[in-house]
Amino acid sequence: MTDLTELLKQLISAPGLSGYETPVKELLHTAWSPLADELHVSQVGSLHGLKRGTASEPRPAILLAAHMDAIGLMVSEIVDGFLRLSEIGGLDPRVLPGQLVIVHGRKDLTGVILQPADRLLPARLQGNPPPLEYLLVDVGLPPREVERLVRPGDLISFAQKPIEMGAEYIAGHSLDNRASVVAVTHCLELLQERPHAWDVWAVASAQEEETMAGAYTSAFAIHPELAVAIDVTFAKGPGANDYRTFTLGKGPTLGWGPNIHPLLHRQFKDLAEKLEFTHLLEPLPRHSGTDAYALQVTAEGIPTMVVSIPLRYMHTPVEMVTMQDIRRAGRLLAEFIVQLKPDHMAQFTWKD
Amino acid sequence: MPPRKKAEINPKQQSMWIRSKQLSLLERLCNACAVSGDEGEVRKIVMEEIEPLADELRVDALGNVLAIRQGRGRAPRLRVMLAAHMDEVGLMVVNDEGEGIYRCEAVGRLDIRQLPGKPVLVGKERIPGIIGAKPIHLTTASERKNAIPLDALRVDTSPSGKKVQVGDRAAFATPFTRLGPSVLAKALDDRLGVTGLIELFKNPPQNIDLLAAFTVQEEVGVRGARVAAYALEPDIGIALDCTPAYDLPIWDGEENAVYNTRLGGGPAIYVADSSTLSDPRLFRHFIDTAEALGLPYQIRQAGGGGTDAGAIHRQRAGIPSLSISVPGRNLHSAASIARVLDWENTLQLVHAGLSRLSPNLLKQDR
Repeated sequence: MTDLTELLKQLISAPGLSGYETPVKELLHTAWSPLADELHVSQVGSLHGLKRGTASEPRPAILLAAHMDAIGLMVSEIVDGFLRLSEIGGLDPRVLPGQLVIVHGRKDLTGVILQPADRLLPARLQGNPPPLEYLLVDVGLPPREVERLVRPGDLISFAQKPIEMGAEYIAGHSLDNRASVVAVTHCLELLQERPHAWDVWAVASAQEEETMAGAYTSAFAIHPELAVAIDVTFAKGPGANDYRTFTLGKGPTLGWGPNIHPLLHRQFKDLAEKLEFTHLLEPLPRHSGTDAYALQVTAEGIPTMVVSIPLRYMHTPVEMVTMQDIRRAGRLLAEFIVQLKPDHMAQFTWKD
Repeated sequence: MPPRKKAEINPKQQSMWIRSKQLSLLERLCNACAVSGDEGEVRKIVMEEIEPLADELRVDALGNVLAIRQGRGRAPRLRVMLAAHMDEVGLMVVNDEGEGIYRCEAVGRLDIRQLPGKPVLVGKERIPGIIGAKPIHLTTASERKNAIPLDALRVDTSPSGKKVQVGDRAAFATPFTRLGPSVLAKALDDRLGVTGLIELFKNPPQNIDLLAAFTVQEEVGVRGARVAAYALEPDIGIALDCTPAYDLPIWDGEENAVYNTRLGGGPAIYVADSSTLSDPRLFRHFIDTAEALGLPYQIRQAGGGGTDAGAIHRQRAGIPSLSISVPGRNLHSAASIARVLDWENTLQLVHAGLSRLSPNLLKQDR
């Protein structure tokens, strides 16, 4: 069995910003090789792993999508050896000052994000958090060296190393959504010993944080009968305690709303209850904010589900999850797949 | 990495070098945690390093390390106090809210805008914690225009983390890193000074009695230096510190005329900060020394900030004092940057200036 904690630590130590997922994809390729019958990479950079089912052809297929891309930054301009920034994905600039980063130039350079002293900022910003365009990265090198090694368009990822906190808890960057990638890996692992009728397509999707290009295109190429997006959701914690937040260690959550097929939701819920799994209902009244948004409307439409892992401090370099939620999400997916019969889709009719 | 460009200093006159040994000591000292009032980790390293060399050594009531190294030159020798503060800015845990969540207060002048999203180490056991921030998805655009107040931030050691006690200190967890000609670390203010003072103590000018004060509580009101200067009763006081370099480009392309100091500009000699008007004789003496040796130096722009000199110069009947600092970017935050060559040149200037000191200097009119 894979050491899931080690795999997660590896995955969150690798860059893989939206549109540039190769470094994390290579690690995942290695991890999935022994678990999948076939591995493919799509034209937009998603990794597809097929685990064949036992039913006779044409076999139905379920797609499990966990996006592997991460938020980060990009060099927009070089001024006197300092780098100006633009963002990839949604970042609150208030978490950036003093943050360690890796600038992926002609070689990788460690640097720190500087918040200019108030005396260097326009009066209205003094004492306030400067917007992204006022922040600069310093890589500690003389300007001519920076000019030689860095260009606008170079990627910048967070340098924060994984932190193990007590038993089970991990903090670091890109846990959104590498935590879910590990859950899918765990599911594939469990399926090695459990016969399943359906084909299972594990997809580490690309570009979720920007355009969901990965989910749209992988769902089209694979054309599954059912699709599940596995993502992270807000955990309760400092500053986050309303209905949109869920207790760490009590996950996964089961999404419910227009983005989710009601029957598929009920099947997950019934199964979780039958297995005496803790699970939480996550109301998603509009856009689920996950790959499910794309999966659901691919081709002629796909019944779609969202399973989420609670995570604290989302989109900061110190996100936090518990391995317990990751393992439980992986197991729930595996149990769901194992009980799928070849004619399962016959139940999917609207009885209004 | 470009070749390190040496100043025109005659190598025979150079007595202070920064090599891997000095950098390893700096690394150990930067990675040690010593939030004001809890300087033990740094004090331990300082004691180890200087104990074998000190003619007199004591730790006073506040925790300052006071070490004397007698000169061998002709008496009467000047008694020169060199002060470098061991403490750093950080946090203190003030309330246990359960489930690994702790409220903290700032110790020292911390810009709270530097706190969200940072890992910290809490207490003597260095328990890992993080200071998170509300997910951007749950914030409003108007909320993001304001800094996250300290009372909305928490240190989180996770629900299964080791128990932290109210009263424990939390320091930034940034590991020391070399970046080409620079170093990146927490607490360069003032581990550059502490490490430098240890090096000067190992290689002291012979014409003076060197009174080394590794001080506590500089960041919370220059408390240690005050009693250290009283106890040591020096003829001259010199603070070795680290001062901000605000040498960044300005957003609208205007010339930056308020840079304080610049990285790569050499040691920053103080003329005046908000707590000290430097002794003009010492100020001139060190500038003359730099000029004579061809050492780079810069005059720190007047105003703002303060060093141990602020307490030393007003002690007893008055002690002529000066501060000399290594310039550093992003001080009082999780990660600061300084140039190794600036540090070396600072130690070289201090050593050379002290070596050229004569008791006559203090007989001159200010």
